[in-house]
Amino acid sequence: MTQIPKRTPLYDLHCALGGRMVDFAGWEMPVQYPMGIMGEHTHCRTKAALFDVSHMGQVLLQGPDAALKLEALVPAALIQLPEGKARYTFLTNADGGIMDDLIVANAGSYLFVVVNASMREQDILHMAASLKGIEVTEIFDHALIAVQGPSAEAVVSTHCPQAADMTFMQTLEAPIDGTVCRLSRLGYTGEDGYEISIPEACAERIASLMLSHPDCEPAGLGARDSLRLEAGLCLYGNDIDPTTSPIEAGLTWAIQNRRRTEGGFPGAARIMAELTDGPARKLVGIKPQGRAPAREGVEIHDMAGNIIGKITSGGFGPTVAGPVAMGYISAENSNIGTEIQLIIRSKPQPAEVCALPFVTQNYKR
Amino acid sequence: MTTYYSEDHEWITVEETTATVGITAHAAAELGDIVFIEQKEEGDEFESGDEIGVIESVKAASEIYAPVDGEIIEANELLESNPGALNDNPEGDAWIYKIKLTDPAQLEGLMDLAGYKTFIA
Repeated sequence: MTQIPKRTPLYDLHCALGGRMVDFAGWEMPVQYPMGIMGEHTHCRTKAALFDVSHMGQVLLQGPDAALKLEALVPAALIQLPEGKARYTFLTNADGGIMDDLIVANAGSYLFVVVNASMREQDILHMAASLKGIEVTEIFDHALIAVQGPSAEAVVSTHCPQAADMTFMQTLEAPIDGTVCRLSRLGYTGEDGYEISIPEACAERIASLMLSHPDCEPAGLGARDSLRLEAGLCLYGNDIDPTTSPIEAGLTWAIQNRRRTEGGFPGAARIMAELTDGPARKLVGIKPQGRAPAREGVEIHDMAGNIIGKITSGGFGPTVAGPVAMGYISAENSNIGTEIQLIIRSKPQPAEVCALPFVTQNYKR
Repeated sequence: MTTYYSEDHEWITVEETTATVGITAHAAAELGDIVFIEQKEEGDEFESGDEIGVIESVKAASEIYAPVDGEIIEANELLESNPGALNDNPEGDAWIYKIKLTDPAQLEGLMDLAGYKTFIA
């Protein structure tokens, strides 16, 4: 199956900025700009970076009791989610695995949902088939950008004063340079910042406006991946998938108390049992002791050489200034400080189970 | 002293039967920020096309392939502590190996600078 990769409304801007374009989940996206992944990563941690995330799916759910009905598909508490607030959750399957992770925002008269690029079709079919009486509308005419980093507030509020007063996970509509956009104070880098949904015809103008701030530089998928890994955030398809439960993945915090006791979501039997008894394996942080990065697929052994798990995400953490990884390890070996071995190119390398995240999350609570 | 280039983006500078091997500036730029190198040890022997090391950038791992047959005389220790030197000066002090050539005639199969420039154009 050969498909021509799709382009976002910011494609021409990426090319003009010198972005190195690659095919990602069927989209032609910048993996990096001339600054390079390391520089872009550091810029995001110290100032601000702008990412094009228009490849992600933006979906509106409209109709009576949309939040209640969506609760049948996800383990988050949504009916008490106040207007103007967003929440991280995941679609679960009947086995208690994760079909996708997503953001659900209460936009007042509808729910605004953002899903992963590679899962757009699946999620929309699933929601449309399962949410009776709810109109599921994918919006194709809006770009989505993320402005992330300690200077994000300064960058965005220059053109949208209301942005400065927003708190973590707050969402609202406000004009930026005369164009009404949806701003949400969240992201996936571990830094403070915003995701901004922009009518596509205005996307390049508004992105350029953000980039005209002296603290704001464009960053690509490469930096996005190293930033989220250091922040201990799961990548769908790597760290979470249809076989991993939210409890195994350490996402218990995203299942609010009422849902933990009431259940009522797909796979509740497994998920509630794991809440009580603990999961058989756990997603943990892993710090290789040497300099060699341990990437996805690397086997994890105990000190006696028994296989106890596998790396699901790994690479070099520019802020940590060394290799960092995440992976699943059998529960009995998952305590922080446990010494393990990573089999990199057939040779065992020493490593240690460590706490996540690798860097302090820097959200505006 | 003559410098030759391989299709795997290595340079090799030859003095009699010993040579210095590294990656080209073009290769370093393509790899992006280099964070780790795994090198062979002194005395290791290899044939042309053998994997003689691994370079890890922030993005991915890439093998280094031997451009000729030979034996490692010295691995550049600078790179162990400062792999980023491969981005800064890959055709200078960030050389990777000093090697002893088994068959200097193999060099004829490599490219000169003009040929390499055409190859990467």
